[in-house]
Amino acid sequence: MHRFLAIVTALLVGVASLATATSSPAQSKGEIVIGVQCDRTGPTQIVGTVLCPGLHDYVALVNSKGGVEGHPIKAIEIDHEYKVPPAVESYERHKKDGAVTMAIYGTPQIYALTSKLTEDRIPGTSPGFGSAAAADGQRYPFIFPIAATYWSQAAAATDFAKKQLGGSLKGKKIAYLFYDNPAGREPIDLLGDIAEQEGFQLKTFAVPPPGVEMGAQVLDIAQRFKADFVISHLFGGAPSVSIKELKRIGYPMRKVIGLVWASAEANIEGAGGFGVAEGYYAMQFAGVGTDYPVLNEIREMYKKQGKPAPKEMASTVFYNRGVLIGALHVEAIRNAVKAKPDGKITGVDVKNGFEKISNFTLGGLVPPLKITPQDHEGGGLVQIWQVKGGKFEKSTEWFAAYQNVVAKHIKESGAKK
Amino acid sequence: MIHRECGVLKTTYEADMGLYPLPIARWTVAVLAVLFFAVIPLTLHEYYLSVANLVWIAVIGALGLNILVGFTGQVSIGHGAFMSVGAYTAANLANRLGSPWPVNLLAGGLMAALIGAIVGIPSLRIKGLYLAIATLAGQLIIEWTINHVTFISGGVQASIEVARPRLGSMVLNTQRDMYYFLLVFVVLAIVGTLNLIRSRVGRAFIAIRDQDIAAEIIGINIFRYKLLAFAISSFYAGVTGVLYTYFLGIANYEQFQLGVSIDYLAMIIIGGLGSVLGSIFGAIFVTLLPIGIRYAMEAFGGIFFSPQTVLNLIPNLRLMLFGALIIGFLIVEPEGLNRLWRNIRSYFRVWPFAY
Repeated sequence: MHRFLAIVTALLVGVASLATATSSPAQSKGEIVIGVQCDRTGPTQIVGTVLCPGLHDYVALVNSKGGVEGHPIKAIEIDHEYKVPPAVESYERHKKDGAVTMAIYGTPQIYALTSKLTEDRIPGTSPGFGSAAAADGQRYPFIFPIAATYWSQAAAATDFAKKQLGGSLKGKKIAYLFYDNPAGREPIDLLGDIAEQEGFQLKTFAVPPPGVEMGAQVLDIAQRFKADFVISHLFGGAPSVSIKELKRIGYPMRKVIGLVWASAEANIEGAGGFGVAEGYYAMQFAGVGTDYPVLNEIREMYKKQGKPAPKEMASTVFYNRGVLIGALHVEAIRNAVKAKPDGKITGVDVKNGFEKISNFTLGGLVPPLKITPQDHEGGGLVQIWQVKGGKFEKSTEWFAAYQNVVAKHIKESGAKK
Repeated sequence: MIHRECGVLKTTYEADMGLYPLPIARWTVAVLAVLFFAVIPLTLHEYYLSVANLVWIAVIGALGLNILVGFTGQVSIGHGAFMSVGAYTAANLANRLGSPWPVNLLAGGLMAALIGAIVGIPSLRIKGLYLAIATLAGQLIIEWTINHVTFISGGVQASIEVARPRLGSMVLNTQRDMYYFLLVFVVLAIVGTLNLIRSRVGRAFIAIRDQDIAAEIIGINIFRYKLLAFAISSFYAGVTGVLYTYFLGIANYEQFQLGVSIDYLAMIIIGGLGSVLGSIFGAIFVTLLPIGIRYAMEAFGGIFFSPQTVLNLIPNLRLMLFGALIIGFLIVEPEGLNRLWRNIRSYFRVWPFAY
């Protein structure tokens, strides 16, 4: 026992000295650092394990072409298991490593880091996460949703339902099936406003976490409420369950639209495959499929290195979102470097770079966002894709709807402070 | 902490009860105080201080939970929820009344103590696993309430932004400011707990843990002391929640979910139930180990794998190693890190003259 204790002590001392020895990263000159947070092991790992490789592949592609105006880009990733304290730690580490922009992952994480990002004047992106009010660039100067917020998504979904139901929603019934957490409840007030404006009946159906049991809600939607259209805003494993249940009681899938976290291949496969979900509409903030020039370039890059394309590319919804996040960061850095040719850019420069992004579409994978100092969402553009014949097929081009209602809500939430 | 204690003869009760059994303990504490109040904050990079801050928050929370679980023997899986009670109380007070942080801190702690005492009522009838489930219900009810009552949560997003604490005209917003801010409360919490457990109240807690019927027979009011244990533990939790809120600048309900309660339970079990030093060790261990493993993986992972694979490997291996180390430590020493530390100490006390 005593010998053992001595060994343990020695080991502890060894590990401690090792940890201090490896903590000084060498930085080559001119390198620009992006801090990337990811969740590859926590509750949202089905997203993180595909999304983050997409981001890294895009950065690698940029570097293989000589970087941004000659500056190599370094994306340092830290996994936080979707927990807040590790996210705080990785933020501080990224800051120490000189990150000028941060890709934050997760809603509680972006909330927890908002005041730090603002105080340290480093822009942080939260595509598909966090509060919709963060689209207000005046109130949150360093937070960039850079993708349609839940408000814009709900507005677009309603508009899509209107078109599907023959151009008018008067007297129609729309069911809003949502995960009972802040993100799920966020669009309710906005949907209520649109319902008043359009004259349709809105009924909300809450699914309590963890969202694996919704037989009662689905039955209610289909047989008691007899909804004309269903907007489903669910996360994690819940979207698969909703598709399965709706199918089971025979509700037509072409009358269901899932918002952005209910719209990936993984969700469809979890429900029993593309055959089961035939007709289901999925909302996207990045292009879907493998047919984009940038993805061909990434495959080309892997081929040159003599490696097969990564298997993550097959899950195109999340992978392409990762590419989108990486691309927008790189584009913001490019704008910043152009404004400051010596390459000594700070977080403020990259923030200004983000606010200059306009019509950067990467061959259709990225929506034609127009990010301005006022609008950090970039217009709230989405595409809708339908499950058809074993794959996603595009139903609409990039569009946004009810922008005046969304703007009103953003303004109101700003005035509440 | 590290000292020899032969020839120590105590002749009065006061001496026996003293916080410092020996003069050298005073010196140890003085050295530690200089280290933590001067050397560390003035020499280390802000990043290390941010890690220290996370440890400090965990230490206060773990101390609180240990009072309840370790000293009084009442299992609780509601610690995260009590933290959220403190956080939202403080956030609401700060935003609605504009009250200064000391008031919010106290109010947050007291509100959590009140709610904690209410959730603790079932402990009068049930014990062990049954009590664990009752407190789990408390956790879920509090989570649900904060999530749905917009008067408390301040809106559907269930998050309230809070301004940074001020000290006179100084705004405490850097990690270094926060380090001192939190360290003061860590010291208060440690001294408070050390004093609590050697007082009449603390001894009553321990008596209840060891055998509650016997405790009742020797004249301890079980009703009062069990609820008091819940209240004190929740007070610590509430204070932790308030400090966390000021540290992050926001109260958000997703920061206090069930997983957090479990993490705190893990801390005190790994550190050692019923020991102050153990709570500190546990908090440090659970916070620092993942970070340490990641640094080691980043240093050596690249030798064997491609960078993309390493990125995928680090978090998974870290989880595995973390789990394995916890199991390993608990097999080596079921009574936790505190006991391990005592064993190491007593080994070196006679070293090199073992046996």
